[in-house]
Amino acid sequence: MGGHKSLGTPQTSDLRLPTLVSRLLQSLLLLLLVSALVFALIYAVPGGPLTMYLENPNVRPEDIERLRASLGLDRPLLEQYLSWLSGFVRGDWGFSYTDGRPVAVRLIERIPATLELIGVSLIVAILASVPVAVWTAVRPGGWLDRTVNGATLAAISLPAFWFALVLQLLFAVWLGWLPSSGRTSVLDRGFSDRIGHILLPATVLAALHGAAWTRYLRSSMGQALRQRFVLVARAKGAHERLVRYKHALRTALLPFVTVVMLDAAIIVSGAVVTESVFAWPGLGGLFYEALVRRDYTVLMAFLMLSSATVIVLSALADSLYRALDPRVRVAAA
Amino acid sequence: MSSSPRAPAVLLLGVLITLALLAPFVAPFAPDAVDLASRRAAPGFLHWFGTDALGRDVLSRVLYGARVSLAVGVLSAALAVSLGVAIGALAGYVGRALDAALMRLTDAMLSIPRLPLLMVLGAILQPTLPVLVLLVGAAGWMETARVTRAEVLSIRNRGFVEASRAAGAPVKRQIWRHVLPNALPAIAVAATLAVGRGILLESTLSFFGVGVQPPAASWGNMLYQAQSTMTTEPWLALFPGLMIFVTVVAINSLGERLARG
Repeated sequence: MGGHKSLGTPQTSDLRLPTLVSRLLQSLLLLLLVSALVFALIYAVPGGPLTMYLENPNVRPEDIERLRASLGLDRPLLEQYLSWLSGFVRGDWGFSYTDGRPVAVRLIERIPATLELIGVSLIVAILASVPVAVWTAVRPGGWLDRTVNGATLAAISLPAFWFALVLQLLFAVWLGWLPSSGRTSVLDRGFSDRIGHILLPATVLAALHGAAWTRYLRSSMGQALRQRFVLVARAKGAHERLVRYKHALRTALLPFVTVVMLDAAIIVSGAVVTESVFAWPGLGGLFYEALVRRDYTVLMAFLMLSSATVIVLSALADSLYRALDPRVRVAAA
Repeated sequence: MSSSPRAPAVLLLGVLITLALLAPFVAPFAPDAVDLASRRAAPGFLHWFGTDALGRDVLSRVLYGARVSLAVGVLSAALAVSLGVAIGALAGYVGRALDAALMRLTDAMLSIPRLPLLMVLGAILQPTLPVLVLLVGAAGWMETARVTRAEVLSIRNRGFVEASRAAGAPVKRQIWRHVLPNALPAIAVAATLAVGRGILLESTLSFFGVGVQPPAASWGNMLYQAQSTMTTEPWLALFPGLMIFVTVVAINSLGERLARG
């Protein structure tokens, strides 16, 4: 889902000295702010996290009071926040409301499946978007450029859950070529079985993000080709291929890399939709299960973990940009 | 600003909005009229889009759902853009500590994944329509704030703004009269994208049962039940989703045209 593209523009900063240290400090502050926001939003809504029990006739008022006290919800909000935060930092993420197991354990056991799905989708999306974007950028206005523009505009407008349903209907229900959900079959756990299972969910993620990336790289490559250094290179008689791939593409790829890194962080949460439609046993699937059961400790941990991923990857992308772009590197030195 | 290339998108949106507004007159059935005799009917002459498990006409529900989905999209975007313009203009024009504070808040809000956050809030609040608009709008101002701030920063030091400042115009007048009108094209693009995003967010939330609550129909919550019966009644999953898709394509291509100017 779009909307975070603006994160991709590297922020200029006049902090010269140890940029990495200052970036790290900034990230920590940001994380602190995020934790306060998440906590305030979840706990300060009318009724707080116990709202659902209030409507349940089987839960007596005194039980709610007991629960509130045992969860520390009767203490002042600031005190609650500080104790939650200090626990969170120490890795004590509480226990799942639904099965009583530590939240950290529940989250960690889901990470491999999510990484597998995201890794495959990322690779497919990059392999598809880079050549298509470059090809169309060097032939602007051609029929392929216009077709790709239309197709990617359509793809970024797709509701992910509906696209997932349609693929399921087409390839699993009607054609019967692929399994409709899960990561493996019960009996067959071979390689081809796993490929069959990952194909549809990976297609959804790769299509949505690959389309956005194609559009981004197409536009930054188009801009790069209009830069004066490209004109200079051409005027000096450099081979057109050299101009395109060494001068223009290199310039265009830098911001592209940062966008991809930021998107990678956002896919972790964006996979919520895809994973739950395809019953993929990853973090997104866990989030959906926790949502249905109103398992707040899991939901809070998921929000914090995915925000932290976004912040860490955005700091990394920023540092990478500084390290790789000669213009920024020289300016900072 | 030639009108021909964006005509299809505008025309399509016009038709959609008209149909939504005229839903009581154009819908063949009442959206919640239960007809147990014709449950789960496939699309046909009488029910163009088929019927659902209660025998309700899917076309009529799609038309009434359009009102909810479009309204949530437009109103949440209006809220998001107002907030974003206010925050971005203040940050960009006043600068200094206020700018730093507002932009850190923007960074923080952008770091929290929007969809999961809204899903959790939707689960807690079981939102009514106004609350849903509030939630989606309040989670969507950051992009507009950044765009507005960038525009304001580039406009604020131009000659005509400095002239008005030198002439002693109050800050409010400088912003309203000189800065914002020049930032309008960029804000219009951000607003268009916000409408598309709002419609997608509403439909996704409703699909997961934490958005528009039944019995009201929205394109998203019509899909809520559809997945489990998809094998036997695929039309329940196809048509509402197709409406979302077509609408968002039209809005995004309008945004693209606006961005190109």
